Amino acid sequence: MPGLMSRLSLIFKAKFSKALDRAENPNETLDYSYEEQLRQLQNVKRGIADVTTAKKRLELQYTSMQQQVDKLDGQARQALQANREDLAREALTRKAAVQAQLEGIMQQGQQLEAQQQKLIEGERTLQAKVEAFRTQKEVIKAQYSAAEAQVRIGEAATGIGEQMADVGLAIQRAKDKTDQMQARANAIDELTTSGALEDYTASGDDIDRQLAQISQGGQVDSELEKMKAELGSGGAPKQIEGEAEEAK
Amino acid sequence: MIVRLLGEGQFRVDDALLARLNELDDEVGKAVDAGDERALWTALQALADAVRESGEKLGDSDLVPSDAVIPPEDLSLEEARDLLQHDGFIPDPVAS
Repeated sequence: MPGLMSRLSLIFKAKFSKALDRAENPNETLDYSYEEQLRQLQNVKRGIADVTTAKKRLELQYTSMQQQVDKLDGQARQALQANREDLAREALTRKAAVQAQLEGIMQQGQQLEAQQQKLIEGERTLQAKVEAFRTQKEVIKAQYSAAEAQVRIGEAATGIGEQMADVGLAIQRAKDKTDQMQARANAIDELTTSGALEDYTASGDDIDRQLAQISQGGQVDSELEKMKAELGSGGAPKQIEGEAEEAK
Repeated sequence: MIVRLLGEGQFRVDDALLARLNELDDEVGKAVDAGDERALWTALQALADAVRESGEKLGDSDLVPSDAVIPPEDLSLEEARDLLQHDGFIPDPVAS
């Protein structure tokens, strides 16, 4: 057995032994610990529900950003039909920026999904461990002397406390990630609606930004060409509604 | 010894693996010092894989404390710096 313990283990142990030291009688310790476990299990369930809600909200935001992409695409098409290549380019540039953000959010969303699955699994394990503790405490009461019981209880409670801290940490991380993604989605929403979508590569230095512009510029050019080809192959260029009405 | 992979559960691994785990743990430390998040993820994954491959997963009814705790494989640099302030994740072998 190693002499030194890792830092995280120490944190778990300190927390739980402190709580357990308060009770002197093993029976009291058992009851206290079991109550504490049930209370924390409730917290875990609540935490998982929170993360699930946050994830749903994020999915709604994702859908609205997807709609923005479609809208910008339509606008580019309209601009091109009206021979306003400059406007089409602007719309496609914005679209590329929103898409880049969408991709990032989608990736993180997948990670969150995986975390959520782990949380649910963690909750199941915790539930099983609390039940195992309930069984063990009867055995401990029946089989051991007071001093021995105290040691056994300490071990069992630390083991289960660790499981709680683990699931708790997982919930905290999932919440943090959701918050980050929401902040990002909100920021991009705001930038797009205000039309001030220039600093879309918020982090990263100037070179990063220029590289992003070049690659997005390339994407814009190729999309422009594609649209032109599509519109061109549809026979005579159609007039957009506004112009058609003016022509009448 | 008992090792917990955070978010995954506890594993019983042979004490003989400790030296190997400590090597991998050093890689984690180096990656954090270098500020290289990719390297951090690679190192954490190697650490977790070593435990999964040679360890035996503990059942749900086992209520034992862990000797070492290994954080999730997608730990951010910031989180890692916070956790690594003092020690690595794997306890060092007992000094003789």
